[in-house]
Amino acid sequence: MTDDLSGIDVLVVGGGNAAMAAALSAREVGASVLVLESAPKDFRAGNSRHTRDLRCMHDAPTNVMAGAYTEDEFYKDIQSVTGGQTNEQLARMTIRASATCTEWMKRQGVRFQRALGGTLQLGRTNAFFLGGGKAMMNAYYDQAERVGIRVVYNAEVVDLKVEDGKFESATAMVAGKPVEVRAKVVVAASGGFEANLDWLKEAWGPEADNFLIRGTPYNKGKVLKKLLENGVESVGEAKQGHMVAIDARAPKFDGGIVTRLDCVSLGIVVNRNGDRFYDEGEDFWPKRYAIWGRLVANQPEQIGYCIIDSKAMGKFMPSVFPPDTAQNIGELAKILKLPVEKVVATVKAYNDAVQLGTFNHDVLDDCKTSGLDPEKTHWALRIDKPPFYAYGLRPGLTFTYLGLKVDEHARAQMKGGKGARNIFAAGEIMVGNILGKGYTAGIGVTIGTVFGRIAGREAASQALHPVETRKDTKVEEFVHAAD
Amino acid sequence: MLPTELLQEGEHLMTVCNACRYCEGYCAVWQTMESRLVFVESDLNYLANLCHNCGECFYSCQYSPPHEFNINPPKTLAKIRLYTYGLYAWPGPLAKAFCKNGLLVSLLAAAVLIAFLLAASLALGSRLWEPVRGGDFYQIIPHSVMALTFSVVGSFSALALLIGFLRFWRDSGESYSTLANPVALFRAAKDVLSLKNLDNDGAGCSYPREKSSEALRWFHHATFYGFLSCLVATTLGAIYYYVFGWHGPPGFLSLPVIFGTVGGIGLVIGPIGLFVLLRRRNREIVDENQSGMDLAFIVLLLLISISGLLLLLLRQSAAMGTLLVVHLGFVMTLFLTMPYGKFVHGIYRSGALLKWALERSRQSENKAKA
Repeated sequence: MTDDLSGIDVLVVGGGNAAMAAALSAREVGASVLVLESAPKDFRAGNSRHTRDLRCMHDAPTNVMAGAYTEDEFYKDIQSVTGGQTNEQLARMTIRASATCTEWMKRQGVRFQRALGGTLQLGRTNAFFLGGGKAMMNAYYDQAERVGIRVVYNAEVVDLKVEDGKFESATAMVAGKPVEVRAKVVVAASGGFEANLDWLKEAWGPEADNFLIRGTPYNKGKVLKKLLENGVESVGEAKQGHMVAIDARAPKFDGGIVTRLDCVSLGIVVNRNGDRFYDEGEDFWPKRYAIWGRLVANQPEQIGYCIIDSKAMGKFMPSVFPPDTAQNIGELAKILKLPVEKVVATVKAYNDAVQLGTFNHDVLDDCKTSGLDPEKTHWALRIDKPPFYAYGLRPGLTFTYLGLKVDEHARAQMKGGKGARNIFAAGEIMVGNILGKGYTAGIGVTIGTVFGRIAGREAASQALHPVETRKDTKVEEFVHAAD
Repeated sequence: MLPTELLQEGEHLMTVCNACRYCEGYCAVWQTMESRLVFVESDLNYLANLCHNCGECFYSCQYSPPHEFNINPPKTLAKIRLYTYGLYAWPGPLAKAFCKNGLLVSLLAAAVLIAFLLAASLALGSRLWEPVRGGDFYQIIPHSVMALTFSVVGSFSALALLIGFLRFWRDSGESYSTLANPVALFRAAKDVLSLKNLDNDGAGCSYPREKSSEALRWFHHATFYGFLSCLVATTLGAIYYYVFGWHGPPGFLSLPVIFGTVGGIGLVIGPIGLFVLLRRRNREIVDENQSGMDLAFIVLLLLISISGLLLLLLRQSAAMGTLLVVHLGFVMTLFLTMPYGKFVHGIYRSGALLKWALERSRQSENKAKA
């Protein structure tokens, strides 16, 4: 069954949103396509199976998004979360191309929730998949089957033959046996390396042992590493990525969305020593959740404890694990195995510093502390109404940003500035081109879809038309002409 | 009380699902869930009956097996649903029939009834094996006998179903007075009659397998409206008899026969379709303890429709007498087993949709106040 894998036009390595967008786009223009997915079918689609939405530019309300979200506003959001560590040309190209993503996805069978549905706060900037990311990926895979894309599961690519920027073949372990796969062009869409614990330790040191991986256990970064070894230019830093604070009891891998905790802004967070270490009420939680993973990662033993009282209960999204509970703070600290006196003192100092205000969790209210280090600048209420509750927090690594440098055609760039001859990249493996650090909800799927479509189209075009005679497609033209 | 293991399974399901909420665009179950933080047994019972058992959520679930969270909403809710059927049934001891109400029990009941009707009819001196002029079946079983027996059985079933419904209603946390809400009744009726929760804006649902389809909805419509049409036919027949005093069998182009024929055809197409879908269902999400009940209901409906249509076609022939007795035997079996078989799903589902309509109006009232 596996001896005839060679001889195709476009090999796509990976099975998530970017990979399938590339595969479907390459097939759309007539290329033969093979997808090698390292996971078994039940766990296919990498981190995309845990996603829910994508961020899209739109100048007027659409049937899946409210209001308008302009290029400039979108770009400002990217600038703000990355602290300017972005490539403006690629970022703006991605933003403009995002405008056609939902329509293209719908044509592949992806269904969206209607705009303004439910309790979603991101209904203006983001389009939500009906049923979430796994439903979206199921639609992609169904479409792939309809149009004749071959998908092989349990096929981990472990080696690549690249000569002078030219991809020759990949070696995949299929059913436990190495199989060499030749193709005219390769699209690397195999994700980051967040599930490679050794690599994480190399980057972070022993702290990495305490990280939880929110997504797929299959993102080992093997293809990324091989391509970097073969002369592809890297982008981003190994320590950068999307890291949020999640429930400390989450499984090591694949806990997904339900492990998040949304109560930080309603209480205080102390570390192992019983000290507070950051302003819990700095900004709305959706704008701050992405920095808290890193904050916790920098604390002793990479753990934090969010303490709230019964006033906060019911004000945040329910969590999957029950909190620890006690009638007073000392008892709670004891249960958490924290220094009791210290925690009691920290809570008392906080309570004493709380200023009277009008609590309103929907706005940046005037409930704050005064004379505390660090201050809590909004939603600061005294923690005084028993029972008291606590949730342990761990860094939950979601994506890594060290990746392959690409140009606007999704073509991998070699060290020295030349483009690779037949290697394209899409998705998390190149997300570092746009996100130097930070994260904003839904942008991972946006980058994956935009670059997946470009990579697939470019790869097919190169495979079907030899380089000498090929007329380069103008990316912007295709992105807009496609719809 | 729900068995502890099932209660825990239900709580685990709702804890994970309510922390995820990716399914909120699908059906009423998920929107109802979001208005709650704690799930006690009565909430689970209500949600289980609100679930239309399609499977859309299962295939979209990032936590479905083999994921360690092992989330399987259609199966867990089906198990709880079966438990509630026993919980609400009246009289209590007969509730046990739910466990055993398989095909065999129904067929045995039908056989006994048919034998009894045959014997009674013969004993009363009817000419069972001879053609009857004009297909007048009242010469086989006198109208008074038919009317009396079916009134008794029908009333008993209706009473049992009503008590079951009221038990469901109270268990779901509602009082009798909240039943009289015209707006909610109208919305619930719309949901029931359109099966909106199986629709997903025209895309259908994952039944019998992953690929979304409208098949379940249409075959259910054929069954449901076929059943309704037959009820209309019977009612019209009674009106002809009692109000207009037309005592002969209605003609082929009379309203009772037209409604009966259309309904009968619906009850052939619908149950056959449902049977085929049931057989093709992904076993992973099926509660096998209900398969007997599902099958018994489908087969009984089919036997009724086929014997009824045959009766119409052959009413001038010598087979009429036997067919009539067989047909009535099946109908009576259906009436008798209704409160203790699959039929109750319609009662509790409708009740759950009514409660959901009430909850929606309360939520919008609260929003308006705030």
